[in-house]
Amino acid sequence: MMQQPIVIDDRKSDLSKEVLLHSGQDSSLCFQCGKCTAGCPVAFAMDLTPNQIMRMVQLGLTDDVLNSQTIRLCAYCSTCSVRCPRNIGVADVMDSLRIMAAERNIPGTDRSRKVNIFNQAFLDTLKMFGRSHEVLAMLLFNLRSCQPFHNAKLGLKMFNNGKIKLKPDRVKAVNEVKEIFQRINRLRKGA
Amino acid sequence: MKVAYYPGCSYETSGKDYEISAKMVCNKLGIDLVEIPDWSCCGSTAAHSTDHLLAVSLAARNLALVEKMGFDTVTASCSACYQRLALAQAELAQDKKLLEQVNEITGYDYKAAVKVNSILEIIAGLDEESIKAKITRSMEIFRIAPYYGCLLVRPSKVKIDDPENPTIMDRMLQTTGAQVVDWSHKTECCGASLSVSNNDIVISLVSRIIKAANAADANCIVTACALCHLNLDYYQSFATQTKGALKEMPIFYFPQILGLAMGFSKKDMGVEYNITDTSELVKKVV
Repeated sequence: MMQQPIVIDDRKSDLSKEVLLHSGQDSSLCFQCGKCTAGCPVAFAMDLTPNQIMRMVQLGLTDDVLNSQTIRLCAYCSTCSVRCPRNIGVADVMDSLRIMAAERNIPGTDRSRKVNIFNQAFLDTLKMFGRSHEVLAMLLFNLRSCQPFHNAKLGLKMFNNGKIKLKPDRVKAVNEVKEIFQRINRLRKGA
Repeated sequence: MKVAYYPGCSYETSGKDYEISAKMVCNKLGIDLVEIPDWSCCGSTAAHSTDHLLAVSLAARNLALVEKMGFDTVTASCSACYQRLALAQAELAQDKKLLEQVNEITGYDYKAAVKVNSILEIIAGLDEESIKAKITRSMEIFRIAPYYGCLLVRPSKVKIDDPENPTIMDRMLQTTGAQVVDWSHKTECCGASLSVSNNDIVISLVSRIIKAANAADANCIVTACALCHLNLDYYQSFATQTKGALKEMPIFYFPQILGLAMGFSKKDMGVEYNITDTSELVKKVV
């Protein structure tokens, strides 16, 4: 991954600048204390630790970063952000990296792919009704990730406890919500 | 006191018991929750992970509706909704250019003057004596591990209390006579929306939280978030199965405890919707 020599001719890499533009967070401030990783509840499941991601952003290793599992496994709990001695919103950096991966149509692999599929499923139900629909989002996730019976037990438990509603809850002005999606789409395509 | 109310998409499903109990308790305390007409989804994790402008715009439509209602404060029971609305509000109030752009996208003319408070803050904002005056049952049998999760206390821009050791809910629960234990996992993440896509991670995180509540000798966990509640309530069976010696922790929403203390019935507080068995503990007070 890091066999090529990395030439740093500027204080900020292109990736670092793009992150700054998206999130307002200056990754170049990171001095690798590792606090973000130490407190990260999901670090055990990540392929790259949060502090590794921070360093790789500084070095401009765009492909490695955007294809990592880490950026989509981050749950935005923001423990890293409130503990960072350099006051970097590390969780916001992760958020901007996810967004950049989405912009570049990087579907992700394994775990990160699943997160991405679920996010899209959630947004699809939101677009349809103006409000998200738990059951439909879960069903769409199962179909698109080819695991039809995933979490079936959870669904059944929720059903038995009266916590499932099949009929979608529709916003009357659902067109206003659809318009939000369309206007942003047009904006992104124009840019 | 009149406050605009944002129920959030889980209000009739996974967060049903939260919605029911919060409304009852607020009513009893003289807080009039006025639902935002035709509110829409805040976008949640999915939106802010995909497009920043989308996340802010989806939240802003609801904030604009609050302004149209003529209200200056909006509250949400769900912590995830609270955080999304509060973050959008913080950004829009600070960044005029963003506000203009977002208004163009939503088609509303939002002035960015609405205050976003979590329902925990709204209730905690009342005079403690006025809450105490409504308490008719002592909840001293409850040894509560108060669980705040992430969304109410982080990031700093929208925190309602200390991000490492919040006490706002502790103090409120103590007014009912309940004991509140000191424990390590008050603000540790439950894995949130990974519960659909990567539930093995959530099971690990929930196991740690249940284990910590056991170690502190709590007999229940109390949350202020529909997502935390679902994860702790459902996934802990996997944790207790694999970790053997763990005691099952009933998971309540904080208004359920307040409401039971105020004399409401189990049904009024939606206690039967919980997946973990709450009846053992509840029957000692009701």
